[in-house]
This record gives sequence, C-alpha cells and structure tokens, in this order.
Amino acid sequence: MNHFGRNNFTIFKMKNFIIIIGLCFLFPKILFAQEKETDTITPKDLTEVIVIGKKAQLYQKQAKPLATIDEYLQQSTKIDMIRRGSYAWEPMINNMPTERTLVTIDGMRIFGACTDKMDPITSYVEVSNLSEATLKSGQQGACHGATIGGSVDLQRNRAGFSNLGWNAAVNTGFETNSKQKIVGSAINYANNSFYIDTDFMFRDAENYTAGNGQEVLFSQFRKFNISSTSGFSFDKNKLLEGSIIYDKATDVGYPALPMDVSLAEALITSLKFEYVPESSPIENWETKIYYNTITHKMDDTKRPSVPIHMDMPGWSDTFGFYSKTKGTLRNHHFIADLNSFYNRSVAEMTMYPADSNEKLMFMYTWPDVKTLYTALFLEDNIALNCHSSLKFSTSLGNHFNEVASELGLESLRIFYPNMKASKNRILPSVSSNYSFDENGFSYGFGLAYGQRAPSVSEGYGFYLFNSFDTYDYIGNPELKNENSLETSVSMGYKTQKWSAKMSASYFHISNYIVGKPDASLVPMTIGASGVKIYTALDYATIFNTDLNLEYQFSDFIQWKGQLVYSYGKDFENQNLPFISPLRYFSSLNFKKEKFLSSIAVQGNATQTQFSPFYGEDRTPSYAILNFDAGYSLDFEKVKCGLKAGVENILDTYYSTFSDWNNIPRKGRNFFLNVSFSF
Amino acid sequence: MKFLRILPLVLLTILASCSNNEEPAVDELYGLSKIKEITNTTHTIELYKHMGGLEQGYNEIALKIKDNATNQYIKNATFTWTPVMHMATMNHSCPKSPVTKVSTDGLVYEGYIVFQMAQNATEYWDLKIDYTINGTSYTMTSVIDVPASAKQRVTTFTGSDGVRYIAAYVDPHHPKVGVNDMVAGVWKMQDMMTFPVVDNYKLKIDPRMPSMGNHSSPNNVDLVQTVAGDLYNGKLSLTMTGYWKINLQLLNAAGTVLKGETITDAVPASSIYFEIEF
Repeated sequence: MNHFGRNNFTIFKMKNFIIIIGLCFLFPKILFAQEKETDTITPKDLTEVIVIGKKAQLYQKQAKPLATIDEYLQQSTKIDMIRRGSYAWEPMINNMPTERTLVTIDGMRIFGACTDKMDPITSYVEVSNLSEATLKSGQQGACHGATIGGSVDLQRNRAGFSNLGWNAAVNTGFETNSKQKIVGSAINYANNSFYIDTDFMFRDAENYTAGNGQEVLFSQFRKFNISSTSGFSFDKNKLLEGSIIYDKATDVGYPALPMDVSLAEALITSLKFEYVPESSPIENWETKIYYNTITHKMDDTKRPSVPIHMDMPGWSDTFGFYSKTKGTLRNHHFIADLNSFYNRSVAEMTMYPADSNEKLMFMYTWPDVKTLYTALFLEDNIALNCHSSLKFSTSLGNHFNEVASELGLESLRIFYPNMKASKNRILPSVSSNYSFDENGFSYGFGLAYGQRAPSVSEGYGFYLFNSFDTYDYIGNPELKNENSLETSVSMGYKTQKWSAKMSASYFHISNYIVGKPDASLVPMTIGASGVKIYTALDYATIFNTDLNLEYQFSDFIQWKGQLVYSYGKDFENQNLPFISPLRYFSSLNFKKEKFLSSIAVQGNATQTQFSPFYGEDRTPSYAILNFDAGYSLDFEKVKCGLKAGVENILDTYYSTFSDWNNIPRKGRNFFLNVSFSF
Repeated sequence: MKFLRILPLVLLTILASCSNNEEPAVDELYGLSKIKEITNTTHTIELYKHMGGLEQGYNEIALKIKDNATNQYIKNATFTWTPVMHMATMNHSCPKSPVTKVSTDGLVYEGYIVFQMAQNATEYWDLKIDYTINGTSYTMTSVIDVPASAKQRVTTFTGSDGVRYIAAYVDPHHPKVGVNDMVAGVWKMQDMMTFPVVDNYKLKIDPRMPSMGNHSSPNNVDLVQTVAGDLYNGKLSLTMTGYWKINLQLLNAAGTVLKGETITDAVPASSIYFEIEF
C-alpha cells in the first residue's frame, strides 16, 4: 500500500472515531494525524471540522443525511446562515458575512457572480462532492487568502485508494414540505495506481409552507450537480489528480428578494500534483492549478408586478494556483503556502422601459473588475512539550484591482472624479496561538492581526440595491483596508462521560466597511429609500462565545448541548447588523447497533440588539423540535441506510435574525432519505 | 542606380508640390458633411454640419465660399447671416452668432444658428447671407430645410420678468455614461429680429429618467458663463444609457428663478427641459 492509501486510511479511521462520539457537531480535529513514529509530540490545532460525509456513508452521520450544505454548516456554533429563500444561504463566520470571510473549495478561490449575494460559493457544490468543511476562526484561516472573520475550506470527497475495485451508491430523498425530491448516485473505481470518483445529485423543490400553513411564494428551486475526481499515482509517492464539478441551478426563487434566478451555473476545475518525499523533513508537497467560471442570471419575469423589467446577469471567472508544503523538523511542524489568483467580475443591468420605442437603459453594476492576488503564508506549530504547543503564522499578500470597462470607470468617476483605474494594496496577517492540554483539561489562547481589501461590491459596485435596508449602494474605490485585531480563548474539559468546550473570540475591526446614507443622492431603484455610499467606521467590535457540551449517559444514550452568544457594536455603541441573539441547541441521541435516533430542540432568544439603521427589526424568540430515526440494513452485497424524521414537529411559525426581510422558515417537514451502496 | 538615388528627391518634390496647393494641411471639415449649396451669379456658398442636416435647435454651421468663375475658394470674405422664419402673419429671426474664420489661413468660416421652431407645411425658414469680398458687397438667399428634432433640444418661454427667452442644448453631441461636459445657450428676444445672448444668468439642470422612477444623477454642475457673450458650461452626469429628460431652471444674475420648477415627487418635470437619448 502506498503513502496515500495509508493517509486516507488514517483519516477514515478517525472518521469512524468521530461517528462514535457524536453525529453532527464540531470536533477539534488533530492535524498531523499521520505522525512520524519518531515524533511523539503532537501540537494541537484549533481547527474545527464539520463532517459532511462520504457518499454511501452519508446516512450514518447526520440527522438528515441529504440535507443541503447550508443545513450542515449552520450546525456549527461559529456559523450563521443569512437566508433569502430555500436555496443558496450565505454563510457568516463569527457573525461576519461574505466580504469578511473566506470560503474555499479544496483551497480554491471562487467568487460568486451575483451582486446581491444570491450565489455564495457554497451554492455551487453539493453534499455528494464533499467530505468535510474545515472551519478556522479569524486569522488562522488566512492560509488561502485574506480574511477577518475566518475561513471555511470545503473539502472534496475522494475515496482515493481506500476501497479497491468498483463501488457504487444511490441516494434518494423526499421531503413533504416543499415536495423536495433528491436523487443522487456515486460510482467509484480504484486500483493500486489509479482511481476515479464520480457523483451526481439532483434536487427539485416546490414552494415550501411556513408554520401557519401559508405557502411561501417563489421559494422553489431546481439544481443538479455532477462531479468527478480522478487520480493517478506513480513512483508510489507522486500523485496527479484532476477534478471537475459542474453545477447548474435553474428556476430558483428568492422569496425575500424582488428578483429570482433563472440560471446559476458553475464549472470548477483543478489539477493537482502531490508529492510525498520519503525520509525528508517535508511530509507533503501539494501544488494545484485551477480555473472556475460562474454565470448568474437574475430574473423578474415570473413576478406578478414589477415597476420595471430588468435583466441582471453576472459573470465571475477565476484562475489560480497554490503550492503548499507541510513538514516537520524536530518539534517544528511547518506549512508554507504560496498562492495566487486572478478574478474577473462583471455584472450588468439592463432595464426595459414601458415604452418599447425608448432605448434600453444599461449600466455596469460591477464594471469588469479584475483582481490579482498573490500571497505567501507561513506557519510554524512548535510542540513545546507533550502538553503545550505554540503556533505562529504569517501571511503577506498583494492585492491588485483594476476596472477594465471604460464605461464602468466613467460611471464611477461621476462619484470619484479623480479615481484611477487600478489600485494596489498590501495585506498582512500575523497570528499566534498557544495551546495547553493535560489530564483532560485544555486551554488555548490566540492573538492575531489581519487586513482585508474591500470586496468588488464595496469597492466598485454601482447602484446595487439592497432589499434589506432598501438602499442603493455605491462602491468606494478609495476605501482603506479593513483591519482586525483579535484575541481568542478556549477552554475544554473531557472525561469518559463529559466533554465541555467553551471558546470565545473578540474582534476589534478598524476601518470597518459599511454603507452610509448620503441624503444628497437620489436612488435609482424605484421605491428605494436612498443611496448609501460604502465608507468606513472608525472601528467596530464583535464578540462571540460558544459552549459545546456532551454527556454520555450510557453506551447508548448521549446528550449534547450548544449555547452561543454574540455581541457586535460600532464605535458609537450602535448595534451591528446580523449579530445573533442567544442561540441554543440540545439533543438526546440514542444509538444501538444499527439503529439510531435523536430528538433535538433548537432556538433563539429574542433579538434585542438589532440595528434599525441597517434595516433590522426585533426578531421574536423561537424554539422548534426535531426528531429523526435511522436504521442500516446489510445484505450480502448491498448496504442500505434508511433515515426518516420530522423537522419542526409542532409546526411553529418563526423566522430568525438572519432571515432576509423576516421571511418565515419551514413549517413541519417530514423527510425520508434512503441510500444504497454496492 | 543613379535613378534610384534621385527617386526620393523626385518623390519629395511631388509631395511638396501636392501639399503646396490651396488645401491647408489640417482638414478643417473633419467630421462634417456638406448639407447645402447656395448660389448666386458670382459665388457659391457651401454649408457644412456635423451629424446630418439642419434641425430645430442649436446648429453649428461651417461654410466655404467659392468664386463661380475661377472655382477658387475665397479666404478673405466677411459674412453676416440672417435666418428668417416666414409665418402666416409675421416673420421673425432667431438667435445666431457672427460668422468667423476658423483659422486665418483656412478656407472655412463658422457660426451657429438656433432655430427655435421647426418648419411645417405652411411655414418655412430661409437664410439670407450678406458678404463682402475686397470691399464689394454681395448677397444671396435660399430656403433652408429645418425639420423638427426627434428630442427636445430648444425651449422658448417667457420668464417671470416678462422677457421672452430661448434656451438651447449644444453639447454633448454624443452623450456617454459618466460625467459629460455640458454646453447650452441662453438668448432673449429683444425684437422680432434681434436675439442677443443673455449674460451672467444660471441654467440649473436636473437630469431625470422618467421611465425609471424619475431618478436623478449625482454631481451635476449647473451651467454658467465663463465669458460674457459665450455659451453656458456645466457638467452633466449620466449613470446609464437610455432616455434622459434634463429639467431646467433659468436664474437671473440676482438668483431669481425666471422659469422652471424644482423636481419633487409632486412635480415630476419642469416646464422647461431638454431631452437626450443614447
């Protein structure tokens, strides 16, 4: 067996271990699981992993195995999802939205093509593509680019060399509320030097109904996703792997927004070379080149009445590479990562006047903005002794923007007459973390500083309508870098029966980018309240703390609890938007042999610290009750997994602080997931 | 071999003689096309204009004059022109500039005429040109074609001071998304035949898109004169392509609004405006 096989096997074993402890929550993942035998000291990492699962084994791990990625991610205490409909929720890390976070797929940078954030990149992958999501808080997530809030790296599923021969799986699911139909399949083949994994998933959902039985119009969606990963190993320690994902969503409704989406299409490709040197301080050297292209088309033709019909297509193309080395030198565990990407983002708006003899109204909402980013990331995790470790990481990035469209540039010069077409920024990041672990107690302490560049919308957006605060937003190319000083602490205690972990992080963010109303400007969008120009607050602070508890009553019964509290204020002590109120989750899980079941309650306290300035209102408290049960059947050659459950058993009508324009969430929903693996 | 050595010299001579003829090196008519020829027994005057023929509104007109006998263009003529509208009950003229030489050595003369109304089935414009060459005076007159413009480019109104004014859109000829240098003119009717430029007034602009909620654009600069007797200059911001109504207000030197309204939700358009579409 070669090195890759062994690595995968170790990971696989670890996953079983994870399954045994618990089904659906966060676990501190020990990096460098495949330690060299001579080195007994292992530094700890504060990374958290959301297990999404491996194809046929999906059903073992999750209350609802064929849930969407969004539903998986929101189980994390550090992630909240901004929801504009059933589909394509926007993940927030540490209460920070897309601009301040970094979401990557296997280290690849991808940028949504929608000016209204209707296509976070998590919407272009499927659970069938992924094995896990690695969440890193704050600057610890700076490996693949500049971030403030943290990063999520969605890791591709690859069976690799772990199961030789042919493997196949079929997944099907149905949900009563929204009549969602799910069909998926996976076919994998591996021999000693070659493997190919393919999977397919299709979802089709109609409008869902809220807790009072009211149908939420324009909440339908349909999407399919097909992907393939194939690897070829030579010399036993070199691997070449190609990967492709094609994702296409059509007829996606966004009940919280004035427009829907007729097409969201992504092609995500990569080619990776991995080298595992023998008897060298370098354990692994991985180099990847990638390309992805996204087309996104908004559509208002199905809405009963629109003041003016408009087309709003957007495109985003990204080329990139990274080369990452991991190694060990005595008690130093180091990572070096050189990465770069080039992105081109264009979005247009064409409005059709009621008088068809009039000329069309056209403008660029993203004026063909080109971004070239190059960074070097270095990390050294030093095992001080068998209890404690100290980790330093630093990154220095160069961020270059250019407005390539002359028309777009002229448009922005209406606001910024002396604006130059291009702008260069240097983005530094440093972080240090100390962790200590003895007799079941663990402590961690971190201190970090980082910067980010404004997003395309914040820097160059042109009359982007935000239906939340009903303002048109204008980008500001003169914004300074937003920079963040953060501290984090964590404490944990673990015995045979108990496991408790508390973590807290505090961010002091200077030049905090927000939109500020400019009363002298007249909005373009019909019905808009005004125009906001992106500008920077002196600073803002965000504090998050979460508690994860587990108690094993017996071999079969386990209890879990989560409690999250967040706080976000600007320098004038005004509330920031999308800060979670007190949030809790509690579940009782039963598992005996092939049967497992859980009952869970989840809820939020009343959102009292809301921000009317950003369009928020007070969101009442809610609590919902969920139940699920599953059983796996093993036949001679076929394994079958059954999972059924009810979400929102009491059919509660509710919406959360992160539901765009207070659209209600799903009412009672029965689901059935069945999977077969051969 | 000897011929080859001489050849460049020969070519140079030919080129030099070519460029030595009556045409100046710079094409003074670049971008203009001939719209009309007016002839009398001695001379022919050619009228040129950018973007097609004359139309209602501000017209920048270039002209050249040719001796019919020699077919040579004349450099030293001086002109006065008088456009006259022939209506059923009366005749009147319109605002116009003097005719001046584009460059001392050139052959092209230019000026503007602001036709505040278009011709129709019974009413028409003619243009009388009086000119002097080497102390001898001549004249010629011809009916000219002044159709209505597709979009409103000129507006005639009586101000609150009782004076009759004419405001006309001049530039940009080709509006673009972005900030445009805008030029317009303001004249008053002194009598039926005299329309002098109004000095030291202000023309406030508020561009709007009536087809899209009547939204405006930011950072426009109202039009003022830099030199008395000149046209008015300002900045026009256009955030997108399409049809824009440029709502106007005319203010006198004291800042009193003589005509035009501020746009509000209740007042979607001013009584005086220009239109553009691109």
